[in-house]
Amino acid sequence: MKRNWLSYPYLLWMLLFIFLPLLLVLFYSITVRTEEGISFTMEHFRRFLEPIYLRVLFRSVKLALISTLLCLLLGYPMAMILAGNHFKQKNIMVFLFVVPMWMNFLLRTYAWMTLLEKTGLINTFLSWLGLSPLNLLYTEEAVILGMVYNFLPFMVLPIYSVLSKIDKNLIEAAEDLGADGFTVFRKVIIPLSLPGVISGITMVFMPAVTTFVISRLLGGGQFTLIGNLIEQQFLLVGDWSFGSAISMVMMAVILLSIGVMSKYEKENEGGGLL
Amino acid sequence: MNKKGRLFLGVIMLMLVVLVLSSCGQDKRVVLNVYNWGDYIDESVIDTFEKKYNIRVNYDTFSTNEDMYVKIKSGGANYDVLFPSDYTIERMIKEDMLAKLDFNNIPNYKYIEERFKNLDYDPQNEYSVPYMWGTVGILYNKTMVDEPVTSWRILWDQKYNKQILMLDSQRDSIGVALKMLGYDMNTRNLEELEAAKEALIQQKPLVLAYVGDDVKDKMIAGEAALAVVWSGDAVNMKQESSDLEYALPREGSNLWFDAMVVPKTSKHKAEAEKFINFMCEPEIAFKNADYIDYSSPHREVKKMLDPALLNDPAAYPKEEDLVNYDIFKDLGDYLKVYDRIWTEVKAH
Repeated sequence: MKRNWLSYPYLLWMLLFIFLPLLLVLFYSITVRTEEGISFTMEHFRRFLEPIYLRVLFRSVKLALISTLLCLLLGYPMAMILAGNHFKQKNIMVFLFVVPMWMNFLLRTYAWMTLLEKTGLINTFLSWLGLSPLNLLYTEEAVILGMVYNFLPFMVLPIYSVLSKIDKNLIEAAEDLGADGFTVFRKVIIPLSLPGVISGITMVFMPAVTTFVISRLLGGGQFTLIGNLIEQQFLLVGDWSFGSAISMVMMAVILLSIGVMSKYEKENEGGGLL
Repeated sequence: MNKKGRLFLGVIMLMLVVLVLSSCGQDKRVVLNVYNWGDYIDESVIDTFEKKYNIRVNYDTFSTNEDMYVKIKSGGANYDVLFPSDYTIERMIKEDMLAKLDFNNIPNYKYIEERFKNLDYDPQNEYSVPYMWGTVGILYNKTMVDEPVTSWRILWDQKYNKQILMLDSQRDSIGVALKMLGYDMNTRNLEELEAAKEALIQQKPLVLAYVGDDVKDKMIAGEAALAVVWSGDAVNMKQESSDLEYALPREGSNLWFDAMVVPKTSKHKAEAEKFINFMCEPEIAFKNADYIDYSSPHREVKKMLDPALLNDPAAYPKEEDLVNYDIFKDLGDYLKVYDRIWTEVKAH
């Protein structure tokens, strides 16, 4: 495809606001400022290999994986319901699902705080029933809840759009050939919906693994995630080099996971078509 | 495009040009850019200043010293008056970011109490004029704590499991642990810092959360029994809920100051000094102190304040109660060690 002049503004934009900043991050992560000037070093990456930082990385990835899995388990059936023929008012359902996203993400997370706290709605209801109040806010579960709640639409919408485009004739053909409902689901629907599932997983995993607001608000600052660590380096310590090094590691983790996902996607596409 | 359309477009263009030119000429007043903490001034004071000196004030707010520092350091923002805290002022002086004030333009400086002049962060008092001051202490809910609160040790008491709120701030929280152990809040002794780290890790299971400004909502709602807070916020919260009381731990704590400074990049230094002087006028300083409830270093203000507030140790602690109260010093590169300690606590 030939590039025409219309694409140049975009190229310039990407160069200025994506490529150059990335180069700067890379530059900061491998340099150190000494008395004589700037010298190259790998010390920031070495520092990241210390157990405390690896523990933070491990926790971030763990929480993000759990949330992604929960989103998938909740989101796939939801997408099937939305894409199915059960509802005449399908558009309204999709609309209702998207409306909360119009509200700011911070406000929605704050709302969860008032629901979960000791004197909050849930505990008030529990004590009204005569049950003892639970410690809900400021736990790891609360952080996962916040992630699942905030990122669920990113899982549902791609799967929904793939599912609703599946050719109904394929399903009918499978049924004509004697497949029961479960076999149709397993052999036809799942393979065909995989691209949606994969983009859903990446779209949930990426923000979940880098979030720092959710862990601060719902985790009460007790669960330092990689995002918090990066924020701390830039805003509090002023150690831009270490912060950049962590960001580079983070990008590597995300690239790696996208790579694994897309490889998996290709293999399955082949299987699905055969 | 037809003739009519072209004419229409031409008229619009002409109107735009006129509008732009006229708006240039309209306001010839000097614009003074003021950068202060959020909710840290009685805003009617700004109007009074604008009218009195015919200077337009562009008022902006920040929420942490670090945010403000990064913004000024990066050179992107052009402010004329800033309100940083003690250790940030020290750091900015070290890095040659502040302009020396001409105190001839600030005659009202005479109203500042002597004990608030020439403090360590600005030893010759050349760069800053104190605005507010206060302490860090323990706010507790009287319905949940029925013993006297006198020591930081209560924050390590098993009885208050999951009822303690700590500040999500490296220096304040490590400082609390250091003071509890009897050390200086500005220590550079690694052994003392490691001991503080162990204490904080030991305390972590008892802590409900590490919070920032939300500590106010949580304490007023009765979500926790004990919290580490800044004194000004404590006065505020006590007015909201009569169950709350503020205590100054006997081991000592942090004593802090927010002061007015002028960055070197300011193009309106004389006007900035006028503003600082204006903020030190007795009625204006009183208005601010009365509105935000923080403690004023102003001699005349204390005469005008409600005696109840003046006798409240949260707002105006007695000088003899402030032994062993450290003012934060700029740690420079040593801050990295604090950061590592804090990360180890939080990642534990």
